[in-house]
Amino acid sequence: MTSSREKILSSVKANQPALKPLPQLELPVDVNLDPVENFTLIATNIGSRVFPVSSFDEIKEAIAKLFLPGRIVSSFTELADIAEIRLTDPDPHSLNDVNLAVLQAELGVAENGALWLPEDKMMQRILPFICQHLALVVSKKDIVRNMHEAYQILGNRNPGFGAFIAGPSKTADIEQSLVLGAHGPRSMTVFLID
Amino acid sequence: MTVGLFIPCYVDQFYPQAGIATLQLLEKLGVDVVYPSRQTCCGQPMANSGFSHLTQECDDLITENFAGFDYVVVPSGSCALHIKDHLHSEKHPDDAKILRTRVYELVEFMTDILKVKDLKARFPHKVGVHQSCHGLRGLHLSQMSELVAPPFSKPEQLLNMVEGIELISLNRVDECCGFGGTFCVAEEAVSSKMGKDRVADHIHNGAEYITGADLSCLMHMEGILRRQKSNVKVMHIAEILNSL
Amino acid sequence: MKDHAALSEEFNIDEPRVNWHDETLWFIRQKRDRMAHGIPEWEWLRETASQIKNNVLSNLSAYLEQFEINALANGITVHWAADAKEHNEIIHSILKKHQVERMVKSKSMLTEECHLNDYLTENGIEVIDSDLGERIVQLGKEHPSHIVLPCIHKKKEEIGELFHKYLGTAEGESDPQVLTEAARQHLRDTFLTRRVALTGVNFAVAETGEFVVCTNEGNADMGVHLSEVHIASMGIEKIIPERKHLGVFLRLLTRSATGQPITTYSSHFKSPRPGQEMHIVLVDNGRSRQLGREDFRNSLKCIRCGSCMNTCPVYRRSGGHSYHSVISGPIGSILAPNLDMKEFADLPFASTLCGSCSNVCPVKIDIHDQLYKWRQVLVKEGYVSNVKSVSIKTMTWVLSFPALFAFAGKSGRWVMKTLPFLVNNKLNPWYKSREMPVPPKESFREWYAKNRGSK
Repeated sequence: MTSSREKILSSVKANQPALKPLPQLELPVDVNLDPVENFTLIATNIGSRVFPVSSFDEIKEAIAKLFLPGRIVSSFTELADIAEIRLTDPDPHSLNDVNLAVLQAELGVAENGALWLPEDKMMQRILPFICQHLALVVSKKDIVRNMHEAYQILGNRNPGFGAFIAGPSKTADIEQSLVLGAHGPRSMTVFLID
Repeated sequence: MTVGLFIPCYVDQFYPQAGIATLQLLEKLGVDVVYPSRQTCCGQPMANSGFSHLTQECDDLITENFAGFDYVVVPSGSCALHIKDHLHSEKHPDDAKILRTRVYELVEFMTDILKVKDLKARFPHKVGVHQSCHGLRGLHLSQMSELVAPPFSKPEQLLNMVEGIELISLNRVDECCGFGGTFCVAEEAVSSKMGKDRVADHIHNGAEYITGADLSCLMHMEGILRRQKSNVKVMHIAEILNSL
Repeated sequence: MKDHAALSEEFNIDEPRVNWHDETLWFIRQKRDRMAHGIPEWEWLRETASQIKNNVLSNLSAYLEQFEINALANGITVHWAADAKEHNEIIHSILKKHQVERMVKSKSMLTEECHLNDYLTENGIEVIDSDLGERIVQLGKEHPSHIVLPCIHKKKEEIGELFHKYLGTAEGESDPQVLTEAARQHLRDTFLTRRVALTGVNFAVAETGEFVVCTNEGNADMGVHLSEVHIASMGIEKIIPERKHLGVFLRLLTRSATGQPITTYSSHFKSPRPGQEMHIVLVDNGRSRQLGREDFRNSLKCIRCGSCMNTCPVYRRSGGHSYHSVISGPIGSILAPNLDMKEFADLPFASTLCGSCSNVCPVKIDIHDQLYKWRQVLVKEGYVSNVKSVSIKTMTWVLSFPALFAFAGKSGRWVMKTLPFLVNNKLNPWYKSREMPVPPKESFREWYAKNRGSK
């Protein structure tokens, strides 16, 4: 008896049409578009709060103002005085009470307000999803125009898991009414650092 | 230039005035028009119902009647599209092939072949344009609202040459009226609802007349308007372009 | 079993509700338009996506093998399922191996197609759908009526009643904010207590062996990262060649689907986290057969955005359940006959062939042309006689046409006798809400003979 694998592959092979070429991915880039300005606009539209900052002191001040007291976790040593910067318990369930996670995004995408967060900057895979509020810090120079540029920079790098995150968790499943805070973070804050 | 005039079966039977307007309009524009009398139907009602294998006689008749004309003009986007896309004849395969390239819906024939720049017509009324799906998405008589592409509208280009006309805008510029050939009886509930909604959009925006390049859609909307005892009328675009 | 026409007729009894359904979906179509028009290269994107998918279909066997090699190297266990039954058995065996009787699942139309929930429930396994819309239809013991918006057919008051009954919200509470918060609490508890999580797959990259799951709610990630076992079910057509192609598809997917620039989460799974197991189940279930149907194979390009449903004037006025198929709307109508021509013979006729679906499709599937082609196939294969509405109301008309040609050249009112919607008879469905055209004094043919006859 042939396995399903062989069965599927031979059926696919028998039925697929003659090879068609892959298209080129060259597209004109709108050079007039300012990535940071556009990122801010779109990210705000999708429910993120965007703050340009020049230092971690400013980030700390903003955090004190924006969030109620609660457990803060961060991968930034600069935030050691306000956040846990090392996770001792490897069990992801232990992060259920995190109020705020502050993490570093590798890049941001102007056209959709998304930020790329790879696993090695997540501390734990669950963290950016389970926290009540998420703040991502990204360098202004790391804002790219669109997804093509994003993948050009990322190449095939993926430490095991990574995600584009665009705004707070949301749903519109009930009569198309937008509600922020479905299962993941209720808010998304982006700190654009010089 | 000699043009063969194809008058769709239901236009012949129910809307002869649209056929007459088409003929007179083309004659006014200096075209030599012939109406071959042995024509019947383009075969679309059958083909769209899944019976394209039964349309051979239709196709043969069209081919025999219209081979040899410089152009074939049809005052119906839907029938024109069907001939363009599907005409084939085992008896006269080459004639059918050539014919498919020579078939034009009336509006596109006027804008693209005759390149009409002005018309002596007057129609002092508020008019809503119904973009029939086959004319729109099949023949590209206008830009389709789904695409990211520059807007244009061949019917409106011609209507704008008519003195006194006021074209109204719609909330949904190119939604289907729900006729759909056999769909109108096979799926009566949805078809009627679509028709009612389309008509309501025109009425809401102040139309006195609804026009378009396809009488099948207009016939559907007229049926609804008359049931609602509305004063709004439907009129084929040829009649407006031919009115004085 | 009732066909699309009968089910739509029922849906249309409550006209204000039809208006509400139509307008809700039209609103999403408009959001999609605004998003598309914000991207000047939109049509280039669609064309590129279409070509990439054409390439995928033409080289699918090689891409599947390449994906398998890379996924295995990444530490993912790869399974192959020829049909729905095998898919369900594989999932069940994984659950059994881990002695797990409860599972959380994020959106996966494939598991709906395979009727996984029913199968697992029969085998004593509880499945909780974590997407809010899917959870709502699950509580209501229904099926999704839309692939992206599973409970778009339900009013918030009806959802409020379900939540009152099952989740303990206050009676009469229907505020979406409050209901969503209740679901958040209820499902968070589920996420925290389930050891196995199943997700769908939006894209799988042959080149890297990773797969991408897109959600707005974060429910896929909440389930997966808290679980010991992640199972991902994917149709074999979800493969894309290279990672950079994700750029094209992620730009198109959500703009087309909901009019957002991208989903909140686009999660790229490459390998399990330490201590976790990651399984991927590659499912055929008729796809390789569809690949062999030249006229219909490109339906496999579908990325499940649902834009064809939102734009479809019939779908908006008949509701997803009228399609009595897991995937409803125009795309469902060209996919379903591949699975069962007899059961779904009515669906290709549930369309006016207006073509709007093909124009919004981000991968340029010629949906309305395929609807037309399915009609020809279904008639030839003899399935249309099973469809009451099409056969009785339409066939008489259609079949009577060839007899007409004998009259060609005569000017008799044959149209009146043959086009059924023009028969002045109260049993004629046309007449239900439409008047008949008024026959003129003379036909065009007669007028022409009189006025131009000598020509």
